[in-house]
Amino acid sequence: MKYRKPQLLQGNEACVEGALDAGVRFFAGYPITPSTEIAEGMARKLPRVGGVFIQMEDEIAGMAAVIGAAVGGKKSLTATSGPGFSLKQENIGYAAIAEIPCVIVNVQRFGPSTGIPTAPAQGEVMQARWGTHGDRPIIALSPSSVYETYYLTTAAVNFSQKFRTPVILLLDEVVGHMREKVSLPASGRLMVEKQNYSDIKEYKPFDERKLPPLVPFGEGVYYHITGLVHDEHGFPTRHPEVVVRFMERLHRKINHHRKEIIMTDYTGHVEPKVCIITYGCTVRSARAALQKAYLQKRWPVSLLNLQTLWPFPAEEVKRLADRCDYLLVPEMNMGQIVGEVEKYAHGKAEVLGINRYDGDMITPGQIFQHIEGCFS
Amino acid sequence: MPKKNSRSSPPKKRIAELKLNEERCKDCGICVAFCPAKVLGQKETGEVYIKDEEKCTLCGNCEIYCPDFAITVKEAGGNDEI
Amino acid sequence: MKSLREEFLRTNKLPHIWCPGCGNGIVTAALVRAIGKVGFEQKDVAVVSGIGCSSRAAGYLNFNTLHTTHGRALAFATGLKLAQPGLKVFVVMGDGDATAIGGNHFIHAARRNIDLNAIIINNHIYGMTGGQHSPLTPEGKKATTAPEGTLEREFNILELAVSAGATYGARGTAAQPRLLEKLIVGASQNEGFSVVEAMSTCPVSYGRRNRLGSAVDMLKDIKQRSVSVEKLETKAETTRPRRDIAEEGAEEEGETHDKQEEVIPVGVIFSRPAPEFVERYYRGLNKEKEGKEGKEEKEGQVES
Repeated sequence: MKYRKPQLLQGNEACVEGALDAGVRFFAGYPITPSTEIAEGMARKLPRVGGVFIQMEDEIAGMAAVIGAAVGGKKSLTATSGPGFSLKQENIGYAAIAEIPCVIVNVQRFGPSTGIPTAPAQGEVMQARWGTHGDRPIIALSPSSVYETYYLTTAAVNFSQKFRTPVILLLDEVVGHMREKVSLPASGRLMVEKQNYSDIKEYKPFDERKLPPLVPFGEGVYYHITGLVHDEHGFPTRHPEVVVRFMERLHRKINHHRKEIIMTDYTGHVEPKVCIITYGCTVRSARAALQKAYLQKRWPVSLLNLQTLWPFPAEEVKRLADRCDYLLVPEMNMGQIVGEVEKYAHGKAEVLGINRYDGDMITPGQIFQHIEGCFS
Repeated sequence: MPKKNSRSSPPKKRIAELKLNEERCKDCGICVAFCPAKVLGQKETGEVYIKDEEKCTLCGNCEIYCPDFAITVKEAGGNDEI
Repeated sequence: MKSLREEFLRTNKLPHIWCPGCGNGIVTAALVRAIGKVGFEQKDVAVVSGIGCSSRAAGYLNFNTLHTTHGRALAFATGLKLAQPGLKVFVVMGDGDATAIGGNHFIHAARRNIDLNAIIINNHIYGMTGGQHSPLTPEGKKATTAPEGTLEREFNILELAVSAGATYGARGTAAQPRLLEKLIVGASQNEGFSVVEAMSTCPVSYGRRNRLGSAVDMLKDIKQRSVSVEKLETKAETTRPRRDIAEEGAEEEGETHDKQEEVIPVGVIFSRPAPEFVERYYRGLNKEKEGKEGKEEKEGQVES
């Protein structure tokens, strides 16, 4: 694989590169710290590749325009932070029910509301999963480094296309603003060819048996898209059997591909007594703590980096719970993903949350202290 | 009877063909009210019906005023839409 | 042979969900005729709508149809138009949809002068939720949320549109479907943001509560109060319905108008062409591409 020259890049900038390399050609958004560099990068770079950038009048419009452009056949992405993510929820739900591919980047900051602008936090893990009204599946990814941001952005775009679903990329202020030296793959490698729709005759946009591609408006296959529960052809229905089939299919298309969607990164001892399970910028502190505990102290400790948060890596956690005595879950909130870990550990290992909620990062020392506690 | 106009030969009598789609019609009565020739009627039960097709002047009001896409009117034998 | 109307409608979805006598159907029919008259191809037409009674029109129209969320139709349409500039986009909204929850998108779409045709079906009420007052409920009229009549003043949509930057604005009514059709044709021929206010009737949730009679009575009332803008004295008068004009109109035509009711100026209220947003964006894009080609090569240096 060819690589570009090493660059010093911010997480937000890497997100822009990843998006462009994955074929994103439409961005609509609204300024909000700490995500603005993504919009600014897109404003500079999209026109050079023939793409469209537009700054909308508000966050809601940003989300709406992204869906509109996706219906028009462009790979689309928007970026925001906490308050903006809240505002976008209704239309994220629309993208979910209407099965419109799009990517929403949320560079998390301390909340609720304006919170501490713009201190880091990881408070939107559950909002990513359940933020919209109604039941819907979601894919949410969370990178811990600049390179991972690049890579997971491309994955987010590809998942959104493949599963015709909104995908949420949860960055945090630290990952978004942190600069690291990275060598990105030569651009253009990940571009997907334009699809040919001319052979589509009997197009069922919401076919129950398969997931057909979304034919862009204007290609000659005209059909209806709605946020109402609909049948295979896209028309509203409240027929109980059709509704049930619809809801189950919506969930199945994600749940049946968990293996493909779930990405984790495991490091450390192969037969651990203690495993740290975490995500985003907290992975970096956990890695430092792991180095001290595993490499220096030679304790059987490991680290599971949850690159995919939703669907939750349940199997991975179950396996670890079988082997470990303790599962440590550091996160920069008052306990969100820890509940999921508890659910799948099912009492087989003791689950301990490590939380920080003062607007600063969890330190390696704080995590190490807990590891030490498990071995004393 | 059509009015005589100044042309030398009188215009041919145009015969209207009205179609009322009863499935779509909601008996709102708008067509009845906006028909200048009183072609359409409404029964006491509220049901709209074609009362006197022969009087139709092919003005097309019923078709364009119908909120339910329930009425079409065209010249008999022709494809012309109003 | 299928008629144009039958072809442009999803007839298997009829009868529609609208109440007997609802003006939405009349406006939808006018839209269909207008599209037919302009001669747009079915595949090139997109209809985007919001939420509410009027927005259900999208489901009955046999084009590329996108039924979106409440108030956001114009924002969805902005993305769609930018992504597929070849599409002729009609955005069908209700009065609450377009001017309350969607008010922000409305003024900004106008400001950008993006080539969208906004058809605002104004029946003065939130019909689907059972008759709450909207920003277009005339002052004093009753609604379930204004049982004694609303104290709030209504927007004049076209005044709002013109000051926000729209380049075509027209008012038609469900009571004059031929005029409405003509105005929609005008809108679709304007390259830029066009607004057609289609004054309509909600006999159930608005008419009944305000004792306006049947659907027929309401339509006749609108028709009677409608005055072509060409008949009004000055352009300034055309943008805001005024009581005194009603009196003048009555004298002129020898009809007795209810002096308490305002006239409805109908016709093309304003038309002032200006450069269109999407066209400008893509023109800039081509320039940028040409300019940047040399630079890109340098930037794209690759290591193995």
